[in-house]
Amino acid sequence: MSNSVLSIEDLVVEPVSGGRPVVDGISISVERGEVLALIGASGSGKTTLALTALGHLRPGLRIRRGSVTLDGTEMLRAAPQTLRSLRGRTIAYIAQSAAAAFNPRLRLDAQVTEVSRVHNTRPYKEALQAAHRLYGRLDLPNPEVVGGRFPHQVSGGQLQRFMIAMGLQESPLLLVCDEPTSALDVTTQVEVLRALKQGIADNNTAALFVSHDLAVVSQIATKIAVLRAGRVIEFGTAREILDSPREAYTRELVAASKHMTIGSAGAGHIIAPSPSHAATPLLTVEKVVAGFGKVTDGAPAVTTLSDISLKLHKGEVVGVIGESGSGKSTLARVIAGLHPAAQGKIYMDGKNLADTVERRTVSERQRIQLVFQMADTALNQKHSVGRILGRVLKFFHGTSGRAREARVAELLKMVQLPPEYANRLPSQLSGGEKQRVNLARALAAEPEILICDEITSALDTIVAESIIQLVEDLSKKLRLGIIFISHDLATVSTLAQEVTVLRHGRIVESGPTQIVLSSPKDPYTQLLVSSVPQARPGWLEEAIATRNRLRHALETDVLTPVSVSEGSRSTLAVSS
Amino acid sequence: MLDAAVVHRREMKLTLWISMFIIGLCTLVAIFSPWIMPHDPTEFVTDEPFGSPQVGIWLGSDYLGRDLFSRLIDGTRTTLVMALAATALAHLLGDTLGLLAALRGGWVDAVISRVADLILSLPKIIVGLVVVAALGPSIVVIVILAAIVYAAGVFRIARALGSDLVNMDFIKVAKSRGEGTGWILFAEILPHVAQPLAADFAIRMSFAILFMSSLSFLGLGVQPPLADWGGLVRENLGGLAAGSLVPIFPAIAIAVTSVALNLFVDSLDEHQRKQKGTR
Repeated sequence: MSNSVLSIEDLVVEPVSGGRPVVDGISISVERGEVLALIGASGSGKTTLALTALGHLRPGLRIRRGSVTLDGTEMLRAAPQTLRSLRGRTIAYIAQSAAAAFNPRLRLDAQVTEVSRVHNTRPYKEALQAAHRLYGRLDLPNPEVVGGRFPHQVSGGQLQRFMIAMGLQESPLLLVCDEPTSALDVTTQVEVLRALKQGIADNNTAALFVSHDLAVVSQIATKIAVLRAGRVIEFGTAREILDSPREAYTRELVAASKHMTIGSAGAGHIIAPSPSHAATPLLTVEKVVAGFGKVTDGAPAVTTLSDISLKLHKGEVVGVIGESGSGKSTLARVIAGLHPAAQGKIYMDGKNLADTVERRTVSERQRIQLVFQMADTALNQKHSVGRILGRVLKFFHGTSGRAREARVAELLKMVQLPPEYANRLPSQLSGGEKQRVNLARALAAEPEILICDEITSALDTIVAESIIQLVEDLSKKLRLGIIFISHDLATVSTLAQEVTVLRHGRIVESGPTQIVLSSPKDPYTQLLVSSVPQARPGWLEEAIATRNRLRHALETDVLTPVSVSEGSRSTLAVSS
Repeated sequence: MLDAAVVHRREMKLTLWISMFIIGLCTLVAIFSPWIMPHDPTEFVTDEPFGSPQVGIWLGSDYLGRDLFSRLIDGTRTTLVMALAATALAHLLGDTLGLLAALRGGWVDAVISRVADLILSLPKIIVGLVVVAALGPSIVVIVILAAIVYAAGVFRIARALGSDLVNMDFIKVAKSRGEGTGWILFAEILPHVAQPLAADFAIRMSFAILFMSSLSFLGLGVQPPLADWGGLVRENLGGLAAGSLVPIFPAIAIAVTSVALNLFVDSLDEHQRKQKGTR
């Protein structure tokens, strides 16, 4: 007890308006040098719990009972001045989105050293030196000068590391990390995880690590608490949880994270290369070039896709893998006719497709359906599920009245939702349910080609897996041709027969999934494959080793991508 | 501290009730004016101009000896109906064009936006003067004039609200399905922007009342014997020198109604935000 930096006892947090407690009688403690992971799906109360350590409660919530003690101070009843003196110095917070956490108008140095200035712990010069030492330890390039940049002048992964530096600046006793890598690409995630692990170890800091991803957690946590509906349902060391989970929910989590590992489950699914290769492909993308800005001689001002070719057959799933900025969403929009290509052609059944939706026929539009990543924005929040689906039926098939109601119910059943959901608004659905409606809308058109653009990346692991299962069932049952776009290799490997890897708008490798992912030829594919988190201790170190080996072959710029090719800026990033 | 907050909340509620009462009263008066006027608004009730208030002639008589109370009631109808018509027209025009400009972008947006800029850059009263001089002071001309003048402001708001939405994925979904512009504007976008536009409607109506009253005050509005509130102020302005309070009453009506419309929108907004916050 006396050793623990943070101890939370019998904490109950409930909404002011009443209803189910968000945190329901949780007791945990963290000791020096220990990393306690809080893992659970969204809505499990993990973030609310972690934030009480900072003495923070979201508006609309209140404490019913319990205590949160940080280094001898009761945080829930502490005066605002006390909280201010502790925050940043004794306890620090690392948020999910570094981009939102930094002030875009202040230089990074100023923001990292701000905590020293606020608490008046040391002169600016010393604080700056401390910050520069931290940059070095976190593997940021040119630690002496990089802090002179503004937040937008460094890459996403670098910015996340600056946030870690900000958290560690005053060597706090406890670090609260809220999904610090969830918004990052896999290759960037590896860097940030390593930096975080290093930082925690160097300072012998205690940490609370909130995440939904067991594979990530298992690299960094010493202990894991599994949360569900505001309760800790299982608690143990990382090894115990991974090797011998007791609760059914934990087993499901572990299974999902294992399933997400390339090759393990994928092997069973991967059938022989598509049966109908001799026939005319359902969809052919031929040498497509696309981008933004004025097109001169077939080349747009900013090129996001160049020389992309792709074939899709009936009943086949083609995976397109790429990280943010690789142009994969542009490809989806080019095929759907929402973004005209500057060059190249798209054929459906051997027939040339017009490059904009307006110039395609109704039947061409009906046969190609796009499923967007964010169901939140892809569904009109003011329309009921029934209206959303019904409109598509009316539009393409002229279905109305009773027949339409029946078909809506049928579609909901197809995506495993109860028929009553027709009367609900999207805001009354969970994230997974929304994504199912999103899928049902595409299916309502009775398409032959389905383009799925990152449809699982906004979802929790278990929910994402059920959506993938659904897509797989549908592709078999309806014999759809599916283009499955994702940054997540593991997901693609369980679904796709053929895979295409995109990097900076170009295809670096393509072929049958099993061959490409089990023996990748291109160094970038190798890097991607090695960066997929695996739920076993030691994976992070292996990934770092692979990365170092590949660094040379990848001309370094991949590891710290630079968005704008401006002289001074790129020299900085490349020299890492 | 806590008490102050509670009092503040009660005050907000009170302003909502007061503003709703005033707007409701004006509406009822406008609807039932022929039945509640004690006298015909053109009938001479006293022998002398600016007669003092007495039983039956509650606010005194105007510059020709007509019952001011009845003329005020009749003017309420004229004022509100014209303002309502102008605002409705301004919104019909401004909302449609604003959302269209947001959705289409490109030259459509550029052309409509520049026209709106042009209208907004001109002084309203001077434009009114020129238009009325050219086309004559008929009710239709004045209403259409006010509608066009205010449509530019409505357009800007609708366009800004729409711009936040047109890049949402559900619009892309509708486009990729091949939905027509009408469906996208009115079925997909409008429900999201209806609430702020409705708030704008109330405020815009108070502007319209002020604008048309100003025109009438300058003698460019509806012509005698018909008179709106602004016209009543103008007619009886001479009374001020004679010590009569007659021109004050229509002026108060203009002020109170405009303030009530603004308060209504403000306190309704506050009220809704509070409800959302506590839920």
